[in-house]
Amino acid sequence: MASTDAPVQPRKTGLTRRQKRRLSRGVQYAVFVAAVIAFAVTADWDRLQNQFAQADIARQMFPDVITLALKNTVLYTVSGFAVGLALGMVIALMRLSSVGPYRWLAGVYIEIFRGLPALLIFIFIGVAVPLAFPGTEIVGGTYGKVALALGLVAAAYMAETIRAGIQAVPKGQVEAARSLGFSPARAMVSIIIPQAFRIILPPLTNELVLLFKDSSLVLFLGVTLEERELSKYGRDLASTTANSTPILVAGLCYLLVTIPLGLVVRRMEAKAQEAVK
Amino acid sequence: MSRPEIRVKDLHKSFGDNEVLRGIDLEIGQGEVVCVIGPSGSGKSTLLRCVNLLEEPTKGQVFVGGTELTDPDVDIDAVRRRIGMVFQQFNLFPHLSVTENLTLPQRRVLRLDRATAARVAAENLERVGLAEKADAYPASLSGGQQQRVAIARALAMGPEVMLFDEPTSALDPELVGDVLAVMRMLADEGMTMMVVTHEMTFAREVADRVVFMDGGVIVEDGTPGQVIGNPRHERTRHFLSRLLDPAMAEVEEETSDRVGKADR
Repeated sequence: MASTDAPVQPRKTGLTRRQKRRLSRGVQYAVFVAAVIAFAVTADWDRLQNQFAQADIARQMFPDVITLALKNTVLYTVSGFAVGLALGMVIALMRLSSVGPYRWLAGVYIEIFRGLPALLIFIFIGVAVPLAFPGTEIVGGTYGKVALALGLVAAAYMAETIRAGIQAVPKGQVEAARSLGFSPARAMVSIIIPQAFRIILPPLTNELVLLFKDSSLVLFLGVTLEERELSKYGRDLASTTANSTPILVAGLCYLLVTIPLGLVVRRMEAKAQEAVK
Repeated sequence: MSRPEIRVKDLHKSFGDNEVLRGIDLEIGQGEVVCVIGPSGSGKSTLLRCVNLLEEPTKGQVFVGGTELTDPDVDIDAVRRRIGMVFQQFNLFPHLSVTENLTLPQRRVLRLDRATAARVAAENLERVGLAEKADAYPASLSGGQQQRVAIARALAMGPEVMLFDEPTSALDPELVGDVLAVMRMLADEGMTMMVVTHEMTFAREVADRVVFMDGGVIVEDGTPGQVIGNPRHERTRHFLSRLLDPAMAEVEEETSDRVGKADR
């Protein structure tokens, strides 16, 4: 198929490159439009509207879906992010340590918690730990459990991100700091980490978005009415009303947060690109 | 010349199998300005980095102001406060403004209060002629300005000795003069300086002594008039002729015992 632009080369199909490209593009559009039309014609719109967009059910969800469910989702996410960031920082520093066992331990942690499904961690924290250690109480009840479970998972990813960020700071920065009399720890805190965070702000924000969605796993912990977040709240209401509208509304609430966050990340990345130039 | 401010005794440094320094003995007196010259890979930058222990010597001793840096029990951070270091690549802290580049080390390392640090910073920016750039960020400065800020940052710590690692090598030619002028001013003020450089004019006019290194050893050590003006060794003559008139150099075989590139 490889045709060249050289005019002396005889053309096999009689089409120029540009014509071929146009033809291919045209076919793609045609397929897309056909699929949309086919869906619009075959779908049972009344049934869909009845199932997903009942205004009175949606209305009945307010204001609880925001004041309770979204609030809890945000609370779970932020607390999980905080635990993950603190733990991830410790693990990243251990991973970069000159002490062998620290490096090894951090490596093991990262491999384990990156390799396990988050759901399994939730069940582990919610069910296995209380059974295995009767009498122990995780601080903060459900909120504490969720923060811990989300944090444990997030820490593994964040540790790798933070490590990459620290290693991306030029070596000359440490040398400059050390030659000014900074101790290794102080150079890390005052000079390296602030620069590393600038580098990893976009991936960290992405991690926040992932956590925001993962907080739905609270569903499996068994929570009180007051502790429900978006997914649980949506599902409960969907089953009591025997209608999927609450699921749709809950989904929209997620997007309400994740889409703006995604935009923020993209803007930060563009800005970082700009700074490199 | 009074007591030696910097004393290097039988210094060896290897990177793996690569022996970059093969026994260096050097003394630099208080207020003396010594320029270290030599081909790339001769070990001159490594020697300088060994003087404040950014590189750990494999063997030998380094003394600065009477303190042995190579003593395993020495408080290296405390000694380094007395040694200012200026890098080829400036290494300013890009997330801090010019003033903060000067005040943060004073506050975190010397534990000075905010007002004192700010005053010292302003004084030193004034010295290098960049008082009006106090609030700028490093990225908005030219290379020459960044290097002068880097010198001011080192000076703000009140060092007894200043080390310069090819301070003008990363600069556009027209910006070299400003940095050299600041260094000349420091030399006139009596600062003890060890300068790794390719600037022969500076070496000739400002240095008290010039040290020529090649292959990890000091080949020649004397006044600029001796080493640059009337070199005794063939290797020195060869290096100087190539440096002063690069267009006339001939293509050479790389000699196998040539020490690997130590500069970074």
